[in-house]
Amino acid sequence: MATFTINGSAHTFDGDPEMPLLWYLRDVAGMTGTKFGCGQALCGACTVHVEGTAVRSCQTLMGDIEGQAVVTIEGLSPDGMHPLQKAWRELNVAQCGYCQVGQIMQAVSLLNDTPNPTDADIDAAMSGNICRCGAYPRIRAAIKLAAGGA
Amino acid sequence: MTINIPTSEASGVLNLSRRSLLLGLGAGALVLAIGSPSALAQEKPTKYGGDAMEGGLKDDPRIFLSIGDDGTVTLLCNRAEMGQGVRTSWAMVVADELEADLARVTVLQAPGDETRFGNQNTDGSRSMRHHYEPLRRIGAAARQMLEQEAAARWNVAATEVKADNHEIVHAASGRRLGFGELADGAAKRAVPAQDTLAFKNPEQFRYIGRDKISLVDNFDITTGKAVYGMDVRVEGMAYAVVARPPVLGGKVRSVVDTETLKVPGVLKVVPIDAPGIPSAFQPLGGVAVVAENTFAAIKGRSLLKIEWDDGANGSYDSVEYRKTLETASTTKDGKVVRNDGDAYAALESATKRLDASYYIPHLAQAPMEPPTATARVTSDECEVWSSVQAPEAIRIDLSKRFNIPLEKVTVHTMLLGGGFGRKSKPDFASEAAILSRAMEGRPVKLVFTREDDIQHSFFHTVSVERLEAGLDADGKPVAWLHRTVAPSITSIFMPDPKHESQFELEMGAVDVPFAIPNIRIENPEAPAHTRIGWLRSVSNIPHAFAIQSFAAELAAAAGRDPKDYLLELIGSDRSAFENSPLAWNYGEDPKRYPFETARLRQVVERVAKEAGWGRSLPAGRGLGIAAHRSFVSYTAVVVEVAVEDGGAFTVPRVDIAFDCGPVINPDRVKSQLEGAVLQGISLATIGEITFKNGRTEQTNFDGYEVTRIDAAPKEIHVHLMESDYDKPLGGVGEPGLPPVAPALTNALFAATGKRIRALPIRDQLA
Repeated sequence: MATFTINGSAHTFDGDPEMPLLWYLRDVAGMTGTKFGCGQALCGACTVHVEGTAVRSCQTLMGDIEGQAVVTIEGLSPDGMHPLQKAWRELNVAQCGYCQVGQIMQAVSLLNDTPNPTDADIDAAMSGNICRCGAYPRIRAAIKLAAGGA
Repeated sequence: MTINIPTSEASGVLNLSRRSLLLGLGAGALVLAIGSPSALAQEKPTKYGGDAMEGGLKDDPRIFLSIGDDGTVTLLCNRAEMGQGVRTSWAMVVADELEADLARVTVLQAPGDETRFGNQNTDGSRSMRHHYEPLRRIGAAARQMLEQEAAARWNVAATEVKADNHEIVHAASGRRLGFGELADGAAKRAVPAQDTLAFKNPEQFRYIGRDKISLVDNFDITTGKAVYGMDVRVEGMAYAVVARPPVLGGKVRSVVDTETLKVPGVLKVVPIDAPGIPSAFQPLGGVAVVAENTFAAIKGRSLLKIEWDDGANGSYDSVEYRKTLETASTTKDGKVVRNDGDAYAALESATKRLDASYYIPHLAQAPMEPPTATARVTSDECEVWSSVQAPEAIRIDLSKRFNIPLEKVTVHTMLLGGGFGRKSKPDFASEAAILSRAMEGRPVKLVFTREDDIQHSFFHTVSVERLEAGLDADGKPVAWLHRTVAPSITSIFMPDPKHESQFELEMGAVDVPFAIPNIRIENPEAPAHTRIGWLRSVSNIPHAFAIQSFAAELAAAAGRDPKDYLLELIGSDRSAFENSPLAWNYGEDPKRYPFETARLRQVVERVAKEAGWGRSLPAGRGLGIAAHRSFVSYTAVVVEVAVEDGGAFTVPRVDIAFDCGPVINPDRVKSQLEGAVLQGISLATIGEITFKNGRTEQTNFDGYEVTRIDAAPKEIHVHLMESDYDKPLGGVGEPGLPPVAPALTNALFAATGKRIRALPIRDQLA
């Protein structure tokens, strides 16, 4: 039996310890903001925060989650007004939008570590997050906008 | 039946299937739903564009619009949203002609029903091109109904009132009434005849043509509330994945599921029959694992012991196949698909002859949301929730498959996490339905893992394009011979057609607009050994890559500037196929959409000017240019590359000039072009699917690489050409892509002197 929190709420899990957090969130907890993209930590669509650090939830196993605090997009900001969310909307970053939750969660982690990132900082931190629509120039701009206005 | 999609209303995706479409949108809402049949629908004498599409175009406001008593305008969007911004752009057009406040317009997604809504197939860069005028008619007709209602209440002539920002105003008396107050009465009025509709002048537009309109789905996307097909949750649903034959035409020889059935949560193992070949959009067959969650299904599938019978395509090998295509490209007896003058004779007598062979590999669309569908199939009814480009294709398939009347098959089009052509084919929805039936009506969500997506795509074709030209003493081309060899998309519908179809050939090959007296295009045979399908801009990718590369090679051979030489190839301003109209022309009337070489010239000139063509560059830097017409729009691209010692390179800057006629939503046109630049760079530099023993050698984003942010240009400058709003609209989603790859390799040639003729580039400069 694992006990942990998601967005501050207590959860317990006694199923298959090999189940990735991704599928617990989506199928068991019914929180579909976190997206499935590759299942192999190659695309970043499933990025969440565990203990304040961005991780790929598709490679984070339920057996390793005991006592940890998980934050998903649903818990990032109660009213959706995190500076990165606002910047994303201000610049119309999204095309299809499917990867953008993972992009935002990764960017939050970047700005926590590096409040005023350069292009090189952004590329290094964000290159694990694929966007097939090619919104990358706007992702860079939105991160800088949020950093400047945060 | 309870649907547990708690955020669906916020995402504008509602289950509308069992209610009156308009009356169902809000309890107590007053709607434009009642009245006599539309006087708008008129028979057109010719069938082009949207009128020629299955289901045609609909412009009855009562089908698409409702206005609540609080004034909220609800618009049903009839095309799938997959990142092109259609839901936002459609709302802009309707709000403008309705004179509504865009902030008070809610967009919901129409379910699949082409009889009711008209054509819904979201592909071919057609959603705004075909619907701009019907959407304006919808907005204008509803506005006039509101005006008539207000005039009647005030007992004044309708000509004395006008709509102004969600109200109807009588200027003479200063009276005004909100849309919400008028909706009930307006709904009872007849829909005005088409010839009585009054439209805004472009200078009156409030939204059309305005930049930086916020996306209607922005809040939901950035907060995780947006409901994609992958996010659908239906009460009591099970989850499934399928082990499919890794080779097209393969079958299960034997399967052992003992270990699978021991996995906690696994419910059932279901065999799915392999289809006959050609298999069209049918599922590939195999063995499904149905479970209580996705993880258990995936784990259970990994424990299946399956022996496959690969069948005839088990020897498909990309290295060998490339040789086959190259051999075919050197033979003279290919099908002749265009023949102006006598290219062979002109080649013989030319001062200088050049030839080059280009190779463009298979690609997979790989949208970030892999294919997925949720289905509930009972004995007499089907309901499907899926991110699909063509919902009607699912309805027809399931109606036939289960012998259920079409009207009993409901398809809810969810947001698409990217499509790029993959989600035009509903094989995944058929699988979900087959499995729900096997589970005796329990809803089933079928998920493609990324491995499934990449191994079981409908792949972009693979091709060899061989070009030969003869130049006269001045370096001017007198002969052009192009052999295009590629398996056809039609191979999924008919037994081994061996030749490209007209629509593929007209994606850049036979519609080459160059002013050369002797042009011959041949299409040698190319059998298909895997499923071929549409990928954003389709055969324009190989054709434009080869032709625009070869144009630059001719310029180099003639000792000329590539931009100047390209303009000379395009030649004088004219309708390029005036005397022998293009047979397909993207489904558009060749009189309304001629191939205007002036527009191609203008985008070349514009992009060259904006990019600073001819400026001096440091060592290792180079500029390349390419231009192409596709989807009746015109694009030119200049790419700047920076090549390091050792051959590694970056793309610091891309300029793209674009003429799609009138621009409705500039921000979304720009974002589509930015995306096209990125996808063009991706396929040019690293994109490739290869086959060995009939199977793809790539299974996920480690093997099938796509461009990431660190390889994205630091600067992309989009230059939209000015156009009058009375001109017809061109496509937007696809035409940005084709010239990107040749502009890039032309830039590498300028920087290094090395000519790349095979994609992807990878380390060919090393």
